[in-house]
Amino acid sequence: MSLLKLQGVAKIFGGLHAVRGVSFQVEKGSIFGLIGPNGAGKTTLFNVITGVYTPEHGQILFRDENIAGLRPALIAARGIARTFQNIRIFRAMTVAENVMVAGHHLHSASILDAMLRTRAYETDEQALKKRANELLEILGLAELSGEIAGSLPYGSQRRLEIARGLMLSPELLLLDEPAAGMNSQEAQTLNEQIRFLRDELGLTVVLVEHNMAVVMNVCETIHVVDHGETIAEGTPAEIKVHPKVLAAYLGEDPEKEVV
Amino acid sequence: MTQFLQQIINGLSLGSIYALIALGYTMVYGILKLINFAHGEVFMVGAYTGYYAAGALGIAAFEERHQSFPLYLALLVLIAAMAAAALLGVLIELFAYRPVRNAPRLTPLITAIGMSLFLQNAAMLVFSPNPRRYPAVLSEVRFELFGVIVTNIKLTIFVVALSLMLGLHLFVQRTWTGRAMRALSFNIDAAKLMGIDTNRVIRSTFAIGSALAAAGGILFGLDQITINPLMGVLTGLKAFVAAVLGGIGSIPGAVVGGLLIGLAEQLTAGYLSPEYRDAITFVILILILLLKPEGLLGVVRVEKV
Amino acid sequence: MRRMLLRSAVGVVVLIAIYGLGFGVEAGFTEYVQRIILLAGVNIILAVGLNLINGTTGQFSIGHAGFMAVGAYAAAFVGVKIAPGLHGLLGTGSVADAVVFNLALLAGALFAGISGLIVGMPSLRLRGDYLAVVTLGFGEIIRILFNNATFLGAATGYFGDSPSGLPAYTTFFWVYAWVAAIVVLIHNLTFSQTGRSLIAIREDEIAAEAMATPTTRLKVTAFAISAATAGIAGGLFAHMQAGVRPEDFRFEKSIDMVVMIIVGGLGSISGAVLGGIFVAVSLELMRDLQQYRLVLYALLLVVIMLVRPQGLLGNRELYQLARKPKPPSTPMEGM
Repeated sequence: MSLLKLQGVAKIFGGLHAVRGVSFQVEKGSIFGLIGPNGAGKTTLFNVITGVYTPEHGQILFRDENIAGLRPALIAARGIARTFQNIRIFRAMTVAENVMVAGHHLHSASILDAMLRTRAYETDEQALKKRANELLEILGLAELSGEIAGSLPYGSQRRLEIARGLMLSPELLLLDEPAAGMNSQEAQTLNEQIRFLRDELGLTVVLVEHNMAVVMNVCETIHVVDHGETIAEGTPAEIKVHPKVLAAYLGEDPEKEVV
Repeated sequence: MTQFLQQIINGLSLGSIYALIALGYTMVYGILKLINFAHGEVFMVGAYTGYYAAGALGIAAFEERHQSFPLYLALLVLIAAMAAAALLGVLIELFAYRPVRNAPRLTPLITAIGMSLFLQNAAMLVFSPNPRRYPAVLSEVRFELFGVIVTNIKLTIFVVALSLMLGLHLFVQRTWTGRAMRALSFNIDAAKLMGIDTNRVIRSTFAIGSALAAAGGILFGLDQITINPLMGVLTGLKAFVAAVLGGIGSIPGAVVGGLLIGLAEQLTAGYLSPEYRDAITFVILILILLLKPEGLLGVVRVEKV
Repeated sequence: MRRMLLRSAVGVVVLIAIYGLGFGVEAGFTEYVQRIILLAGVNIILAVGLNLINGTTGQFSIGHAGFMAVGAYAAAFVGVKIAPGLHGLLGTGSVADAVVFNLALLAGALFAGISGLIVGMPSLRLRGDYLAVVTLGFGEIIRILFNNATFLGAATGYFGDSPSGLPAYTTFFWVYAWVAAIVVLIHNLTFSQTGRSLIAIREDEIAAEAMATPTTRLKVTAFAISAATAGIAGGLFAHMQAGVRPEDFRFEKSIDMVVMIIVGGLGSISGAVLGGIFVAVSLELMRDLQQYRLVLYALLLVVIMLVRPQGLLGNRELYQLARKPKPPSTPMEGM
């Protein structure tokens, strides 16, 4: 089944058509890549899907419900988690606290319960801590759980962002340039982690990425945009040699190799 | 009807003064994205400098002999005040804003408020809290026009304010510094990369805005007759609201906003009650921030995520 | 059940300790010093409350004196109106007074909290400087309203129905009992999932939203809670004076509150406590230098922001001093 379906989505900023009429479908359980040259509109698409922007045209169907224009918190609560291009962790909080913040659906105690430290509150806190630690284990961050997030090395911060997103118990995970700044070995590890997220945790993953070693290896379907428009969609093998894609990235010389 | 026209004239002249002050707020905000809370105090210092300059140039003697203060001396008073205010503005920028330019947004907000309070209270110490009668740098001449009383002071306010605003417009459009100011207000980092000395441009912005506020201060003194060390608080706030109303960061906006606030205040005082003349500005502030925070002539800013 | 007993026991012990301290204070210090101690307590409540919205949640409000005013007037008015009825019921002893006083304070908190909701709901859509200015505006409007409210004495102030003014309910015990209660409640709130969510909003509101945090609801709630605590402080303050006057709640009062939390460290509860004490003491010490007081104060604000913007404790608590200071939150983007 298609978990996420974009139909004719357009986003305009003042006079700028950042996204014009993009449509694609993401099958449940797949790893889907969204690529394109800089400024193509990829992050804008993520922002539209997650509710940061409201599209001027088009529909965004998540499990057949149109979520276009809903507030980000509501979309996140429905099961879509994301990471950000420039890591947006909560720098002053500890690693564990960063993950626990996202656990709203596990926490039903009220503010009054919190102020009075009732039993209901304590139970909820324990559940949150437990789940957060599980996720930190999965992402290999368990030893750092008491560290201040802002002091972590870059790679760990990226993994923290993913752990935090997983706390939402999402069905769909949007990763915005997860491989940025990674060397080829780290990129390799990332590929394994993405496959793990899909195979073991049952997530559907959509990636925006520039690192072709990651995209070509881990994505099953790749959708290419340029100047806000779709220019191609297909398997990695198809996209590698697609003339329009080559032209968009490299100029009009189709002789050059992509990877 | 004549009552209405009278209020309009008064409102527009008051509004011109607000516009002169509002320009300073809007230019600084356009570049630094900072509310210069101390700007009202610069207005006040300008008025006081004019007071003392007129005194130093012997205005008391002219008043005793019921003679008009010579025009060339009046101009000297204006220039002295504008220069002093420009200097003050630059010093404020240097000591209170530049050191914290890259700090979290909260920090310059607080130094701005602190600076404003400091200047108010220092002025009370230095100038004494008692209101002072403004010297007749211009002797008042009244005449009637279509049943409406117009004084030469009101006319002077229009003329001076208009000339200064025109001068500013030409400056911003035609001179190098003016263009640099516009560039900085669009994208300060790009401007730096283009090799523009941003510190110098920022200094000029503060200097010009402060000079305009000082001119407003003298005109205010002439119009309202009394000045006191806290005059910058309320008037500064009203001018700030004017800048927001017109669209903060927009120069024409500051002018439009100033005139509208002046009119609103005068009409409220005339037709509703003088008690509420100050309150109407707060009401306008809240309405505009809640309904159209980018102001009448402003542009909605989209935050990049 | 055992938990509740244990907690109640601790609570009673604390209250007895405060009561005992109260005797000591009344015996050992002059009236002048006692007043400073009471004001310090009122300040602590103001600071801890304001810190919740300005420090923990990072939403800058500089008009909080308005909420203190609402609490003061509401507490004074309700106290005066319900006193006869309650005295009829419970006699005229200190028990009756205690009931009247605390009901009045709760009324103050309620009205202040409601005004916090009214101001907060539209205003918290704005960010940074704009929010600060709007809250300033609302603070002034509230004061102007009280200044013109004839049934509350307008500019002269509200002195209740008796010729000697408002009853002097405020004692060391009541101030510090409320201080203890509020500090504990706010501390518990700050170190909970709600507190974490507020800090997340401060650190990065967009990321918080992306993590399903109901940001608007939480911001408004925090704002209302901080307004309510200012209301309690206002009620306590009112019953230390003969009457409640609008001029006690001018912009300078809002600035005092801001100084308290900045000196202590924005985001730190213990910092707010220290800051509250600092302001009460320094204001008194500078009373002789009355003219220079505000000049020095303003200079202090500027100097602190230039030299040590994180205040005494940064956003750490006293018991976290061993920890490395936390990195400051990312500068907010432009609007």
